[in-house]
Amino acid sequence: MSGFFDIPSDLQHSWLGLIGLHLREALLPVLAGLLIALPLSQLCVRFRWLYPPVLWVTTVLYAIPSLAFFVVLIDYTGQTELTVMIPLTVYTLVILVPAIVDGVRSVPQETLAAATAMGFGPVRRYVQVQLPIAVPAIIAGLRVATVSSISLVSVGALIGNQGALGNLINDANIYNRPELAVNAVLTMAVLAILADGLLVGVRLLMTPWMPSGARARRAQRPEPEVAAR
Amino acid sequence: MNILNFINAFFSDSAHWQGYDGIPTRLGEHVQYTLEALAIAAAIGLPVGLVTGHYGRGGNALAFIAVAGRAVPTFGLLVLMTLSLGFGLINVMIPLVVLAVPPILVTSYEAMRSVDPAPVDAARGMGMHEVEVLFRVELPVALPLILGGLRSAAIQIVSTATIAAYVSLGGLGRYIVDGLYQRNYEKVVGGAALVALMALATLAVFWGITRLTVSRGVLRSN
Repeated sequence: MSGFFDIPSDLQHSWLGLIGLHLREALLPVLAGLLIALPLSQLCVRFRWLYPPVLWVTTVLYAIPSLAFFVVLIDYTGQTELTVMIPLTVYTLVILVPAIVDGVRSVPQETLAAATAMGFGPVRRYVQVQLPIAVPAIIAGLRVATVSSISLVSVGALIGNQGALGNLINDANIYNRPELAVNAVLTMAVLAILADGLLVGVRLLMTPWMPSGARARRAQRPEPEVAAR
Repeated sequence: MNILNFINAFFSDSAHWQGYDGIPTRLGEHVQYTLEALAIAAAIGLPVGLVTGHYGRGGNALAFIAVAGRAVPTFGLLVLMTLSLGFGLINVMIPLVVLAVPPILVTSYEAMRSVDPAPVDAARGMGMHEVEVLFRVELPVALPLILGGLRSAAIQIVSTATIAAYVSLGGLGRYIVDGLYQRNYEKVVGGAALVALMALATLAVFWGITRLTVSRGVLRSN
């Protein structure tokens, strides 16, 4: 497989440069999605009637195919990174909002009562009690969002030059060099699995109170596709 | 407003309504790809998910398959298949099925696991054998979640079959990919609108299926 790392010059990036670009385009939307989902979920927990409509809106937005979303945005944001990142941000919400809402709701009533009895105000109770207990659920959502975001960035190649490693796939097609597509697919898969593993590590660090091993696995959140119902 | 003008121009052009590149043909192709891929994926994912969920084994293996399935970029796999195997419907079906199996598999497993064990025990106590327990007790209760998994798989197929136009497949993605190359923005936006409509129609179809097939008692308890 000659020229596995010979990146065509039209991409104007080295292999590592493409990886950096790809991670930025994939991870910034997840971060933005988390920043939107946290307050939105808190509203849904506070006002129960808000949750079903929010779920519906996020589900409908998630149903809009990425390519359709990209091309409609071109009119407003041009062929830029932003055009790729906005839909990815929107897609993360359908995963993150139910994950956070279910996580925060799963905090037992006694725990909340104990916190209140200790003199915690609502804000401090949220930050110091509810959020930490919801961490496993939030991380489970973040894992799915991150992995699918890394894979979706490559579709950006279709609207011009915004796919990072996806552009490598495009070049593989144009120049008939399948090894470039192999490179891109493998790199993206490895990036996704590394990011997934990293998030598992973060969860282990942030939840030293969780039982490890088989019991932890049973306590894990179900597949967010379930939660997104 | 701009977008609406484009959409209006696209749909009012009679040339877009006939011939091999007409909307009916492309829509039919898109529906065909979606149904075929969904049927194959369901034929693989549902039995495995139901049986493993019933016996409660293999959850870790399924979780691994789910992560691996999501980690593989479908667009990349699509191009890779075409580059190495040549053009053809089967080469496009493989990535679509790879995409759709993990959600179906994992959701049906989780759905079966989340069934309340008390009625399952009661069913066994009444003398039902395993097959009866699976189909007459667990499946009806787990059905809403299982349909949710199928819905999410279907939507991902609709969305990815659009991308398949890039490797010279038909379907609604043709308008977007061709339009981008021809700098015909009206065609691009028209195609995007059609794809989005089809995805929403998929949501509606699954909503209808859920209404029709899920027992009323289960719907109420949710």
